[in-house]
Amino acid sequence: MPDATELSGSSVSSAGGRIGRDDVAHLARLARLAVTEQELDVFAGQLDVILGSVARVSEVAAGDIPPTSHAVPMTNVFRPDELRPCLPREAVLAAAPDVEDNKFRVPRILSEEV
Amino acid sequence: MTLTYEDVLRRYEPVIGIETHVELGTVSKMFCGCATDFGGEPNTQVCPVCLGLPGALPVANEKAIESTIRIGLALNCSIATWCRFARKNYFYPDMPKNFQTSQYDEPLCVDGYLDVDVDGETVRVGIERVHLEEDTGKITHVGTSGRIHGAEYSLVDYNRAGIPLVEIVTKPVPGAGAHAPEVAKAYVTELRDILRTLGVSDVRMEQGSLRCDVNTSLSPAGSGADAGRWGTRTETKNVNSLRTVERAVRSEILRQAALLDAGGRIMQETRHFSETTGDTRPGRSKEEATDYRYFPEPDLVPIAPDPEWVEKLRAGLPELPAARRDRLRAELGVSAEDMVQLTNAGVVALVGATVDAGAPIGEARNWWLGYLAQQANSREIDAADLGITPAQVARLVELVADGALSVALARQVVDGVLETGQDVDAVVAQRGLKVVSDTGALEQAADDAIAANPDVADKVRGGKLPAVGALVGAVMKATRGQADAAAVRAILLERLGVSE
Repeated sequence: MPDATELSGSSVSSAGGRIGRDDVAHLARLARLAVTEQELDVFAGQLDVILGSVARVSEVAAGDIPPTSHAVPMTNVFRPDELRPCLPREAVLAAAPDVEDNKFRVPRILSEEV
Repeated sequence: MTLTYEDVLRRYEPVIGIETHVELGTVSKMFCGCATDFGGEPNTQVCPVCLGLPGALPVANEKAIESTIRIGLALNCSIATWCRFARKNYFYPDMPKNFQTSQYDEPLCVDGYLDVDVDGETVRVGIERVHLEEDTGKITHVGTSGRIHGAEYSLVDYNRAGIPLVEIVTKPVPGAGAHAPEVAKAYVTELRDILRTLGVSDVRMEQGSLRCDVNTSLSPAGSGADAGRWGTRTETKNVNSLRTVERAVRSEILRQAALLDAGGRIMQETRHFSETTGDTRPGRSKEEATDYRYFPEPDLVPIAPDPEWVEKLRAGLPELPAARRDRLRAELGVSAEDMVQLTNAGVVALVGATVDAGAPIGEARNWWLGYLAQQANSREIDAADLGITPAQVARLVELVADGALSVALARQVVDGVLETGQDVDAVVAQRGLKVVSDTGALEQAADDAIAANPDVADKVRGGKLPAVGALVGAVMKATRGQADAAAVRAILLERLGVSE
């Protein structure tokens, strides 16, 4: 089970907005995407263009402008601690790839012991 | 050669750190209105939000935010004036969304401390952060051993996914020396008492609403463990009782020392404590550094606790365990020796709460250090885990004081409460436990006992008074312990024509 204190920052090297095939291969592995050697070159090129375009924002944003994570300046949107109806179990399990004992049945997970 | 703990501690300096996860006792989940009840039918407490279905929009539970801030305040933390939730991205089927909503570099509470008492000394445990996240679903591995190796597949119940979960992380605690295991246990004990006093969680370790991971590292003695140059740490999971906290640290200290002595190297890894073997086993190894690609959760707006709100919450904090201990000492005249005894038994808060529930201090102390401590010991658990509440103990004390129960009967009631989880009065009613004060019935039982044991009766008549104990025992047995032993003794002596 992951734990939140294994903090790690972004592993993507973004010096000068460049992104290499190693970065793409790493991201693909994290995202569990099967990417061919050929595709690594294609995606590295395409992502480099995208990063380069986005990087232009920093040309106009001065140091006193914080990065935006939310487009609308709102804070403290809360709900009261009250119950709402849940989904019927049949509907929930209808979305499962496989079901046993009313639980989601999934393939065994390697490289992790619980 | 077997290493002794004392020998190890002469040569190595342990540093510990503890991460505690607490499920908050809110009625509904962190970001949706699903119920949080423990033990519900699988996958009946889920909705599009906690299942991460497309288009579902989470909204933060205000009570959970409030509870987290109150925990932070009780742990002397600073409360953030502005912070965000973050997505922690990973692939594991315990979260259907493929991410867990957590907090990353902007926790709600930071930089506090908790003072704990160990053998009469106060140790200050620094608190790094207190943050809010959501719990994950529960996975059952189906296979021959129940462990994942050899498991053919896994079954997932998402009822727990999305329950508000507070993570409390200590700073590294150096300098505890041989007391490191006790400090770890004292910290979790004190933390649990605080959480219970705040009323934010039911803190039941056996049900997983309070879970601990313990980090342990060793440095050569005198190498400057206080200066921050520490050895490689391991993280021990599966620490599910207060007793285990202590055992896990001790066993990990011994294991690491043996490995270092043999010229080995400590791997930074996650280990699992086994209750049966009493040692830790390797779990997941960190061959590849984990990269969770945290980013600010776009579906939840930032939290900016109003300072006035925070001050109101601070003013509304209840009397915390440390203050309660001081009050017990000062107001109730608990002696310093008694306080050490109560602290070592881990029952200060329980005694305090029993007094608060109306019991005299002496009675509360006797129960928690006496019969209840015995019950906890024989079950190898802590008194707080027994499952009898201070209010229930106070009720017992009241029933004994009223003469409705003898102490022996009250102990039977305790047994009943522990076995069935029912309340005191329910056990009393169900088992028909009450002091037999019907003199006629007692006299009949006394005559029966004398008739059945003529030899004993003759001895008593001949002047051997202590022998009457056997007859008292027979009467108590006949009345199922429901008679007052002193009264029975008096009746027996009277009918045998003997006076004291």
